[in-house]
Amino acid sequence: MLRLDGINKIFGGLTALEDVSLSVTKGSITGIIGPNGAGKTTLFNIVTGLYTQTSGQVYLGEKNISLFAPETLAGLGLVRTFQNVELFGQMTVLENVMVGLHTKSKSGIFSCAFKLPGQIREEKYIKEKGLYWLEFTSLAELADLTASSLPFGKGRLLEISRALAVEPKIILMDEPAAGLNSRETIELAGLIRRIKELGITVVLVEHDMELVMDICESIIVLNLGKKLAEGTPREIQGNEAVIAAYLGES
Amino acid sequence: MTKEKRQILIFIFFTAAVLVTPLFLKGSYFLNVLVFIGINTMLAVALNLLLGYAGQISLGHAAFFGLGAYISGILTTRFPIDPWQAMMLAGFCSAGLAFVIGFPILKLKGHYLAMATMGFGIIMYITFNETVGWTGGPSGLSGIPNLHIGSLIFDNDWNNYYLIWIFTLGVMLLSINLSQSRIGRALRAIHDSEVAARVMGVNARVLKVQIFTVSALLSAIAGSLYAHTMTFISPVAFGFNFSVELVTMVIIGGLGSIYGSFLGAAILTMLPELLRVFKDFDIVLYGLMLILITMYMPGGLISGLSMLAKFVMSKIRGKQSNA
Repeated sequence: MLRLDGINKIFGGLTALEDVSLSVTKGSITGIIGPNGAGKTTLFNIVTGLYTQTSGQVYLGEKNISLFAPETLAGLGLVRTFQNVELFGQMTVLENVMVGLHTKSKSGIFSCAFKLPGQIREEKYIKEKGLYWLEFTSLAELADLTASSLPFGKGRLLEISRALAVEPKIILMDEPAAGLNSRETIELAGLIRRIKELGITVVLVEHDMELVMDICESIIVLNLGKKLAEGTPREIQGNEAVIAAYLGES
Repeated sequence: MTKEKRQILIFIFFTAAVLVTPLFLKGSYFLNVLVFIGINTMLAVALNLLLGYAGQISLGHAAFFGLGAYISGILTTRFPIDPWQAMMLAGFCSAGLAFVIGFPILKLKGHYLAMATMGFGIIMYITFNETVGWTGGPSGLSGIPNLHIGSLIFDNDWNNYYLIWIFTLGVMLLSINLSQSRIGRALRAIHDSEVAARVMGVNARVLKVQIFTVSALLSAIAGSLYAHTMTFISPVAFGFNFSVELVTMVIIGGLGSIYGSFLGAAILTMLPELLRVFKDFDIVLYGLMLILITMYMPGGLISGLSMLAKFVMSKIRGKQSNA
C-alpha cells in the first residue's frame, strides 16, 4: 500500500532520517514507535508532502508520490492527523468536517457565487456526508459548536472525522492518544479498529505502548533516524535492540 | 427558522431598506454620501473576501480601484468605446494583472505580504501620477461620460444612487453565497490552518490567487463605477491612505462579515464629514478606533452589535419570566 525506499532527510548538518525503507500492508494497522527525536514525525511530514526528502522514494500503491504536494495526496486518498490537533478553530464542528469533503466536490468560485443548481445539490451532499462522519465518531450533537471550544479529546476525534471525510485509502495519525485520558484512549482504540473495518489502512506514530501493542498488527521501530526493528508486537517486545534503545545502552 | 432562511430574510430586509432610504432624504447631499458608502461597501466586501476569509492582507487594494477607474476613464475619453464595455475591459484587465502578480506575491506571508502589496499600491499610484499623457497626472482626468441604458443616463444623484447600490447589493449577495459554499469554507480553513487545509485537499496556493483575482475584479468594477458617476478622477483617491482606509473598514466592521463591511464602510465614509473640526487629526482617530476594536471587539462592530442584541433579548426574556 505505502512503501518507502531509502529515505534520507538532512536538516542543515543534522541527519534526521537515514536510509529508512519500510512498507505498510494494505488494510493493516501499523505502528511506528521510537524514543523522542527518532524521526517519526519527520517521516510523516515527508510522506504527506509537507517536507521534501533529501533522497529516497515514496510509493502509494504503484504510484511514485515522492514529490507530491499534500493537496494532491489528499486527492489520491492519503490523509493525516496532527500531533497538536490542527483544527479550523473559528469554524463550526460540522464545517470542519465539510472541509474534509473538499476533494469530493468540485464547484468553482463562479458556480458557488451564483448558487448554480449543481452547486446546491453538491452542498446538500457535503452536509449529509459531513453529518454522517460526525455520527461515526459520535460528535453529531456538537455539530454547531465552534471547533476551538471543544475539549481536547473531542477535538482529536473531530480531526479524525475530518480526515475520514476525505474517504482516504490510508490515514496517518500522529500520536492520536497523546493528551487523552485512559477512557478516551480505549474509545480511540475502538474507533481505529472501526476505521480499519472500513478498509482503510492505518499508520500511527504513538508513545502509548499499551495502545500500540493492543491494536497494531505490525510495528516499526525507529531510533536516531534509523530503522531499528520491524515485526509483530510480540517480536518487538522481545527484541533486545529495541529494549536497549528504550532503556538506554547497556 | 433555519440559518439559511434567516440569511435570506436579512438580505431582503437590507435590500428593502436600501431601496426606500432615498425617499426619506431631503436634498442631494445625503444621497451623495450614500453613493460613496455604496462604492466603499463594494470595495470593503471585495477586500474582506481576501482579508477576512482567506486571511491574506492587501495594503494595495486602492490600486485595483484606481486601475478600474483609469482604464474605464481613458478608454471612454480617448477612444470611441461605450462605458459598459469599458467597465468590462477594466474588470478583465485588473483581474488579469492580479492573477499574474498573485502567484509570486501570495507566496509571501504576514508582514512580507503586507509590504509587497503596499509596494504594488505605491507603484500603481506613481504610475497614475506620472503617465500624464494618458491619465492627466496629478491634475486628473475629466469629462468621463456617464453610464446609460438606452436613453436613461445615470447623471443625477437619484439614478446614480440606484445604479451604485444595485451593483453593491449584487456584490454583497454573491459574496454571501460564496462565503457559505465549499470555496468559502476552504478560504476560512486556509485562514485558520493552511497546513491542515492543504492536507484536506485544499489547493491553498491556487485558491489564494483565485480569490485575490476576484477581489481585484470587484474592486476594479467599483473603480469603473466611480469614474463614470463622478466623471472626474485624480490619483489622490487611489493612494496608500485609501488602501489603509479600506483595511480599517474591513476590520472595524468585522473580519469575515459581509454586513460588517457595509457597517465599516458607512462609518468610515461618514466620519470625515463629522470630524471636519479635527482637520488632519482624523487619521489619529482612525488609528485609535482600529486599536480599540482589535483589542476589545476582535469580531468587529458587527459582532459587538449581535452581542448587544443578544444581551437586550435576554434582559427582555428575563423580565418576562420574572413577571
